[in-house]
Amino acid sequence: MIDARGLSCPQPVIMVADALKSGEAEYTVMVDAVTPKENVTRYAESHGYSVSVAEADGEFTLTLKK
Amino acid sequence: MTSAKKDKVIIIVAGLIIGVIATLLVVAGNPKNMGFCIACFIRDTAGGLGLHRAAPVQYIRPEIIGIVIGAFVCALAKKEFSPRGGSAPMTRFTLAFCAMIGCLMFLGCPFRMVLRMAGGDLNALVGFVGFIAGILVGVVFLKKGFSLKRTYKMNTSEGVILPVVEVVLFALLLAAPAFIFFSEEGAGPGAMHANVWLSLFAGLIVGALAQRTRLCMVGGIRDVVLFKESRLLLGFAAIFASALIVNLILGFVNFGFTEQPVAYNDGLWNFLGLFLVGFACCLLGGCPLRQLVMSGEGNVDSAVVVLGLLLGAAFCHNFGLASSGEGPTPAGKIAVIAAIVVVALIGLVNSRKKEA
Repeated sequence: MIDARGLSCPQPVIMVADALKSGEAEYTVMVDAVTPKENVTRYAESHGYSVSVAEADGEFTLTLKK
Repeated sequence: MTSAKKDKVIIIVAGLIIGVIATLLVVAGNPKNMGFCIACFIRDTAGGLGLHRAAPVQYIRPEIIGIVIGAFVCALAKKEFSPRGGSAPMTRFTLAFCAMIGCLMFLGCPFRMVLRMAGGDLNALVGFVGFIAGILVGVVFLKKGFSLKRTYKMNTSEGVILPVVEVVLFALLLAAPAFIFFSEEGAGPGAMHANVWLSLFAGLIVGALAQRTRLCMVGGIRDVVLFKESRLLLGFAAIFASALIVNLILGFVNFGFTEQPVAYNDGLWNFLGLFLVGFACCLLGGCPLRQLVMSGEGNVDSAVVVLGLLLGAAFCHNFGLASSGEGPTPAGKIAVIAAIVVVALIGLVNSRKKEA
């Protein structure tokens, strides 16, 4: 579980990039703005993960699956 | 088409439109290679408000107002307006102040750097190398865990203040009361401007496009280095390409180092000026254009950055730090070195290997 709420880009993507190095099949990322949501999604998809997004109360929970 | 490809096409189209608008603003009266310049226009606005008394550069620039309002309206319409702040405001203010010292050493923000290159000004190419170098140093800090900590949600009123102030500025521009300063005809760049409404309209379009695409000159280089992600850089390249083409059609291109509009040809200081801008803005998370756009999206930290740029510009002229077409000033050189040291210190004290 990567909590990147409140952080602005590029920090959320750096956190995700670091985490993906461990090569697990599934990650959960939390962000609270549209730009990091887009950027994390773009990064994960370009690294072979599919991304599903759940929004609640202005916060986004991204599930990254290999 | 995949969504990543579609995003790239969209930002290229937006960049092409922005490049055309920027060049046409010169035809309409803005200074050469300065259809847009966030730093110069904030500096002119500081002069218009009498925060500095440099007679050649005083005018409330509607382009700045338009960018903030365009981004604000677009963010509202797309439900992306989100008041937030509280991430190291004083540090951001200081970084912005330093970035403005660098911009006014070089005579332009990264946006104008692109427009200068598209006008054939090779000094801007030297500045561009410095800009990249500054961003690379900033990226080293980002990799070492540099963070200004998280933002928090704010009340709507907090996020609306800067857009409202921009509307008030526009009213002041139109009303032109005696306490607002305007450069006199022939006095310098401040006297050269397109029609007020045209400038505002151009700003609105650019603000809206930049909001939708997250266009950012610093992000362009940074993302390529950090993530091998070229999307933002493509926007940057598209602005250059379309501005170059329109400049060529209009016969505005003059390749060389000398006889360049509102520029000088001392390579070292063009390099160091934009090195400082690249470094400071990399730590801020975005170039001056992006900061204006984010302030329109309700980001109060970016609004503080805009204030830092405004006050920085006022100090630059009051203390004789800003360059002119003649070249840099001795005080400006000292200030740029000092500001690089300040930015490096800010980078050091805010970098820590990530906490869990």
